[in-house]
Amino acid sequence: MAELKLPELAEGVNEAVVSFWHFKEGDTVKEGDEVVEMATDKAAFNVPSKTAGTLKKIAANEGDTVKVGSVLAVIE
Amino acid sequence: MQIIDLGLTNFSDAYELQKELVQKISQGLCEDALLITEHYPVITIGRKGSRDNIFQTRGIEVLNIDRGGDVTYHGPGQIVAYPIFKLENEARDIHGFLSHLEDVGCNFLESYGLSPQKRFGLRGIWVDNKKIGSIGIGVKKWTTYHGIAININTDLTPFSFIRPCGIEGAEVTSLRDVLCSEIDIKDARDKLIETFKQIPFLAEAVSKV
Repeated sequence: MAELKLPELAEGVNEAVVSFWHFKEGDTVKEGDEVVEMATDKAAFNVPSKTAGTLKKIAANEGDTVKVGSVLAVIE
Repeated sequence: MQIIDLGLTNFSDAYELQKELVQKISQGLCEDALLITEHYPVITIGRKGSRDNIFQTRGIEVLNIDRGGDVTYHGPGQIVAYPIFKLENEARDIHGFLSHLEDVGCNFLESYGLSPQKRFGLRGIWVDNKKIGSIGIGVKKWTTYHGIAININTDLTPFSFIRPCGIEGAEVTSLRDVLCSEIDIKDARDKLIETFKQIPFLAEAVSKV
């Protein structure tokens, strides 16, 4: 099981908003697949999966604000 | 770094090209690229944006796009630069990159004798408390796209149709308005490209030319 977390973005940037999920629960993801798009003040970016597996759980909904380091999804 | 001067384009056409380049550059299939263009009139809404920040469109196309930031307007006379750069190692700092982009805009305007400012907490480039340049990027596979737009000879009327960048009461200006004379846009394009080349974070990319 692997947790997909919001990575460290930059000094002083502590959170980002979920723009949309490229996958839904139950989908198969490959290593390197971009799973979710996030947005900060002036940047939109994607968070890639570090593992291959099934997207078991989405832990943050589109529009939610998420802190750096918190869990976005569980892949196993 | 390859420099691609597109001339006047539809936003969507330039966007398609950006997407193609992001694919290639992220995989290391071609070198970093700097696209320079002007767009036909278009209003774009970034990921943090809201339609509430558009009051009227007068027939101007409105697009929701995958960059950060809120609402902005692009039109002829505004130079838009899209750096498609692969960020590696210590350069993987998204907001650091945004700050470098602002530096490019500031240095460019200083070459015209202006004293531009960055504003704490508000991204973009400002002259005498008016917004002259906007930034907003997307990042895929650590490769940047979208970028910076600077008003040169832009007709600023359409900015009154929107709340630019969602900032209440933000006034917008252009290089022409500040200097009270029409600017040679080709000259401005060349100057902006030169400025990009002089920013340290690009030193590596430029050395590959």
